[in-house]
Amino acid sequence: MMDSVSSSSATVADKSVKRMQICRAEYRVIGRFVEQLRPTRQCMKTLQTQFPHLPPSTLLSIFSQEYQKRMKRSMARHHAPDVIKEYYQRYRSEAKTRPAAPLLLELANQVDLSPALLARLIVECFLEERQASVGASRHVLNNMLREPYLIPDLLLAKHVEQCTVNDCCYGPLVDCIKHAIGLEHEDLLRDKLRETNLSFLDENQLRAKGYDKTPDIILEVPIAVDGHIVHWIESKASFGDDHSHHTYLNEQFWSYCNRFGPGLVIYWYGFVSELDCQRDRGILLRDGFPSDIVTLCQGPARGRV
Amino acid sequence: SQTLTHGPTTPAKTPSTSRSVRTQDFSDRRGNKSTPIQTSRSASRVQLFSPAPSVSPVSGRGEGRRRSGGFGGCASGRQTGPRGAVSEEGVRWDGGGRRSRGVGRIEPVSPPTQVQLNFNNLEDFPPVGAAQSPPVATKPSRRINPTPVSAERPNSKPKSCFISTPLSLPASPPAIPESAGAKLTAGSPHSLQEERELLRKERYVWAVIFSLNNIPVSMMMNLICLLSIYVHADVLEKAYLGNVHNCVYFSVRVLENQFELVSHLDKCTLRLLSENERVGTFSSSLKDHLAQAQENCTAKVLPSPPMFVHSVPFQPATDNRSNFSSDRAFHTFKKQRDVFYGFLREWEDSHKEPGWDFEAALGSRVRMMVSQLTAAGSHSHFARLFQKQLIQMCKGPCVLGSSSDAPDADLLGMLGADSLGRLKRLQQRLVQPQGLIGPCPPPSFPGHQEFFKCFLQTASCCQLNQHLKDGLCQQLLKLDEVSILGPDDEKQRFSSVLLTARLLAKFLGFISFLPYQTSELPSRDIQDTAITLRSKSSPVLDVCAVLRSSVHRRRTILTVPWIVEFLSMLDHIGPLLPFYRTALCLLLQIYKRMLLGRGGELCYMNQLLMVAVLGWLFQIPIFPEDLFFSTDLKEEVKELENITSSQGLDTLPLVDQQLLYTCCPYLGEFRKLLAAFVAGSTSKSGGLIRKITPTSAELRGPSTSRSQQKLQVDLEQAFFHNQPPSLRRTVEFVAERVGSNCVKHIKATLVLELVKGGEKTLRDSLGLEGVNTAKLNDSICAQLCDAGMQALETATRFCSENAPGAVRVLLPLETSPSVLTTAESITTRLATEKACSWLSANITSSGQVQKNCTHKVPLGSEVMIEIKEVLSVAVGPRSEEEAYTVHQIESLLYRVGQTLGCRKKTDYLFLIRQLIERGLLGEEEVGTNWPKLSALSWPEVISKTLRFEAGILTNHFLMAFLVCSCRSL
Repeated sequence: MMDSVSSSSATVADKSVKRMQICRAEYRVIGRFVEQLRPTRQCMKTLQTQFPHLPPSTLLSIFSQEYQKRMKRSMARHHAPDVIKEYYQRYRSEAKTRPAAPLLLELANQVDLSPALLARLIVECFLEERQASVGASRHVLNNMLREPYLIPDLLLAKHVEQCTVNDCCYGPLVDCIKHAIGLEHEDLLRDKLRETNLSFLDENQLRAKGYDKTPDIILEVPIAVDGHIVHWIESKASFGDDHSHHTYLNEQFWSYCNRFGPGLVIYWYGFVSELDCQRDRGILLRDGFPSDIVTLCQGPARGRV
Repeated sequence: SQTLTHGPTTPAKTPSTSRSVRTQDFSDRRGNKSTPIQTSRSASRVQLFSPAPSVSPVSGRGEGRRRSGGFGGCASGRQTGPRGAVSEEGVRWDGGGRRSRGVGRIEPVSPPTQVQLNFNNLEDFPPVGAAQSPPVATKPSRRINPTPVSAERPNSKPKSCFISTPLSLPASPPAIPESAGAKLTAGSPHSLQEERELLRKERYVWAVIFSLNNIPVSMMMNLICLLSIYVHADVLEKAYLGNVHNCVYFSVRVLENQFELVSHLDKCTLRLLSENERVGTFSSSLKDHLAQAQENCTAKVLPSPPMFVHSVPFQPATDNRSNFSSDRAFHTFKKQRDVFYGFLREWEDSHKEPGWDFEAALGSRVRMMVSQLTAAGSHSHFARLFQKQLIQMCKGPCVLGSSSDAPDADLLGMLGADSLGRLKRLQQRLVQPQGLIGPCPPPSFPGHQEFFKCFLQTASCCQLNQHLKDGLCQQLLKLDEVSILGPDDEKQRFSSVLLTARLLAKFLGFISFLPYQTSELPSRDIQDTAITLRSKSSPVLDVCAVLRSSVHRRRTILTVPWIVEFLSMLDHIGPLLPFYRTALCLLLQIYKRMLLGRGGELCYMNQLLMVAVLGWLFQIPIFPEDLFFSTDLKEEVKELENITSSQGLDTLPLVDQQLLYTCCPYLGEFRKLLAAFVAGSTSKSGGLIRKITPTSAELRGPSTSRSQQKLQVDLEQAFFHNQPPSLRRTVEFVAERVGSNCVKHIKATLVLELVKGGEKTLRDSLGLEGVNTAKLNDSICAQLCDAGMQALETATRFCSENAPGAVRVLLPLETSPSVLTTAESITTRLATEKACSWLSANITSSGQVQKNCTHKVPLGSEVMIEIKEVLSVAVGPRSEEEAYTVHQIESLLYRVGQTLGCRKKTDYLFLIRQLIERGLLGEEEVGTNWPKLSALSWPEVISKTLRFEAGILTNHFLMAFLVCSCRSL
């Protein structure tokens, strides 16, 4: 346990060692396996034991995406007003009998709802109950989830905190982390580009110029990767599965192609290998910064080891 | 049975038949297929000529002869068959029923085995027209009604295209010119000598047709016919030339006579031709010449480009928000751009699937998109995108599908006939099935053009069409005016301009005549009404004026090919309108006055291109036949030509083989025919496909738009007015570049310093007690303003230092000092204006500060994951083994400190403020210790200033810290 904490800082560097392109069949196997898992650190351990050849970050990303799909599917079921009311009543009555137990976490696992999402529902009910007719503002609610000790009921605060820190797929902390990971990989990409002496415009510069769609990077001088021209690079700090890739294609990648020509998408946590089928149409997939870059008039550039 | 899309086919043959053609019963073959005679007949549009008695066959081409075969004396028929039969009275025969004009679809035929020929052997060379006459039943008698030239002919009745003879056409009588045949057979038996003489005469007539080419038939078509005879000699023999050897003899002699033209064909064709054993057998000198020409042939085929969608680049100058009337229009167009490309991809994916239909699959979505454009008023933007995308995808030759579909024809050519024969099977698998299309295919929208055409048809949007017409006209006229100085560097550019203009002209024609298109030729009454009606409104483009000007300025090589494309889109009534009739007449007269080879070798290819495209136009159904005999405008064109300037594009060798074949893909028919002959298979694939790729980049010129408000500007205009245009271009160019370089220089130096300075001010001020942030902001802004003024000075200095020198170098040495000085100062002013306008608009935007940090610290997200993990254990539930030692927590905190200490990773100031706000950092401690603190490493800062408390508050702290870190990262 402790080892994993202290060694996790090595994940980015180590990723290239492990294989991260997964064929669709294998992805389905993983998908079926995670169906029964809950978003807790214990379940993540199980997952890693089951698929030791895959990097933990890749597994977490796959699980997280599959779990989100699962939650979206069951959303209606959990969000029905009577169901929410029932959850709240259950919590209230149990909080009286055994307040020390991780009540909300248990309830979440029992009904297969994300602990953080359940905590949100419960806090919402709590606020409604206290403020009667006035609906709780989103802002207040979000703050309370982010910093549970803003919740007037300290016991509830403790239970909510238990939910948000134990949920590895949802919640304000996960959102923060995901956001940070995204930014870091964009940074990583920029660093790699500078290392390779490739000049580029980043998203902010592009936006300042009034571009209507902006990939993370536009190269000032295009390069070739694997024989394919690359004008732009998009960094995705996640695993590219069918669902997310198609969403990205429609909302981002094709738009970039339509404006800037062919480009490269880096899924830092890997992708379903069959998805890399639009190369001839200008979308190339990679699971890391390419080492086989060809630049204009210089032959192969110094690549990363 | 085969589908005879292009006319009757020759019978499929077994190897034995190819060896024993002459012994095969003709009627047998006729039984199982359509009339073989029809092949020969349909391969011809026989032009009957007045005899050319004054011409001696030996003297070759010459000025004197031009007139004798001249148009004026010609018969009115448009059929010029392989026989080019000679008629006494200058008549056109009028076969009963509708004559098919298709070239027989040519099936690959097996090469005959090599035989030694004895020219004196009557079996090998039977008397022409005597020995091989087919049974009477197979050759229905025809009556040829001589028709005087002046006879009134119906105006342009719709006719099928040369190649597109519908299968349903009733078999018409064979088109053997009876007069010729009668003449030839009269007084038989001929001596062998007479026969040879006759053949020689005949091919001579052909040669005259070609070299003079002032008759309105497609030279290319004739060559195709010729090669058809040649390849299919064994089939045609029965029809007219007596036997295979006569056919080949005839063909080979004509090829010899037209060697100059033949030698300009592509290398692969030349190779196939020279390796053809029939050529070798009949004329070793032709074979040698061909081999030599092949070596001299320098045309190269460039590798094909990748076939993915090349998108139109987003240009902030024309595409960003400032170019739209509202946010809504901007965002609508953002979506429409992607929707449009979505359609394009969908079309690419599925249009070849059986049963796929543009209207059914995309119709409603296309109209929805267009209606949204209407609502947002963004048609001009979309029209521009559409036009650019059209050029991007369709300018070159159209080879749709993946590039692996068609093997490089030249590669196969290199392999030679033998290997090619062996590769027959491979070829069948590689080559996209594509029959011969004949030398004059009807106008079409090949490749991606079909998408654009279908889109316009389906969208059926008058706003879009109007914007497109505006844009197309504008760009066409701009392209038509392009100045090209010499062939060396400009050849590529010319090729690019020409191909673009042809494409745009076709679409302009398509849109302009779309409202009038009817499937059938309207009745005479309707025609008259329509003519009266439509004569009143002005045409979309004054093609006549453009044409006249091009003749006058000797720029026909650029103008004529695109006008041809435009006019090929005419509707049924169009050619009858006085305006377009004039345009067509002009083209006809230009054609008639042109002589291949007259301009010498230098411009031979230019002329070949003109002849090819004009010949094509005259041959497609829309061209009114009666125009051929019109002498309208003859004098005008003559006069125009007489007063031309001596310099012009027409005198520059701008056309190369690649351009010729790109503009006239039907020239590839020669090669297909020959390759089919070599392949000799009965495969459905008719031949090879040659791909020619565009070689040149888009034209991009700096577009300078300047506000014209002051007198200064007017004076400037006046100054440029009497100077050569290059001066203005130079000045504008230099100003643009110097101004832009100035901006870059200031960005890299001054702005960077400004940002650093501002940051320092901010940091320093924060250390002081009682800092008012609003005041701080103001003072920094004031500093920036001062710096901005300084930047303007720098810019002015930069431009006046650099612009004059650049202008001096670029202008001619002979430029007078005052002109030079004026040009220099204008350039300087323009450059400064440009630089300063940028600076005043952008001086507040900050640059990127490069930080000095090695960044060898844990990533923020990693540290955060660790904190979260610790928290989840701390908060529980947890197992017995899960616990943290104080040491581990300290180590984690140390890493947190490291991460935060790396200035790249976090907004230091923001974090401090957040921590103070939450009471995690004592404000007074930060305030007084700031200088000290900033010198310390972060772990020390944390240990000195953080208010650690035990128990849940530690969790609370970590959590809050995590949240702060997340925000600041």
